[in-house]
Amino acid sequence: MIMDDVFRALADASRRELLDRLHAQNGQTLNELCSRLAKSGTSMTRQAVSKHLAILEGANLVATVKRGREKLHYLNPVPIHEIAERWIGKYERHRLSALAELKRGLEKRDD
Amino acid sequence: MTDPKFVYVTYIATTPEKLWQALTDGAFTRQYWFGQTIESDWRLGSRVVFRSGSDVHDYGEVLVCEPYSRLSYSWEVKFHELFRHERPSRVTFELETMGAEVKLTVTHDEFEPVSKVRTAVSHGWPLVLASLKSLLETGRGSTLTTPEKHRGAKERAIALAEGAA
Repeated sequence: MIMDDVFRALADASRRELLDRLHAQNGQTLNELCSRLAKSGTSMTRQAVSKHLAILEGANLVATVKRGREKLHYLNPVPIHEIAERWIGKYERHRLSALAELKRGLEKRDD
Repeated sequence: MTDPKFVYVTYIATTPEKLWQALTDGAFTRQYWFGQTIESDWRLGSRVVFRSGSDVHDYGEVLVCEPYSRLSYSWEVKFHELFRHERPSRVTFELETMGAEVKLTVTHDEFEPVSKVRTAVSHGWPLVLASLKSLLETGRGSTLTTPEKHRGAKERAIALAEGAA
């Protein structure tokens, strides 16, 4: 199930770091990501970056577009919002209906 | 073509026909797109109008229309003066059946080099697409994209754009 993949993908600091890097600069190639990581002193081998990107893509947190022989990587936050909708929206709906109940109750008392 | 600025992907348990209708029919967009209705006859070059109640928020022009597979229109953001002077950007929807799901890829590009629109729209798309998925799979749009949330979303877009260089 994709939601399990999303949680698993996010449960790793290196992968969250890669998502942050794409948030700062969307549409990077593997080379660009690696050289920017190296420049800022983050130690992640090219192999590790490549592996993490594949996991992020598998969880649909990264979308890719081919440009010639290269792949551009884009942050895809849609699954995170799907989780928000599933886990937060549900509670908010409950809160909203509780407020609606309260309003009804209070207005009834005025009658 | 320049590299796209945003690429969003979602997998929706639906058919390309239903997804197409959800993208092109205002009665559907109202339910997941902050209460906005989209209007167009979807012929090449035709006008696209985004309406919120009686207000027209944004305009566009149909650039590609291949039913159930590919839709593209230009987009002029008009809801606030901050964005009005910018040239139209471009949105493209690609639909691809993958087993029991349809993969929807949304690309947004052709922004001005320094674009306030780009900053403003970046927060809206993921919400709208998650809500679209929710609507098609459960019959209910997201609580995060109701018309009531639209005012907040617009204010945030304006604040983000004002904060941008």
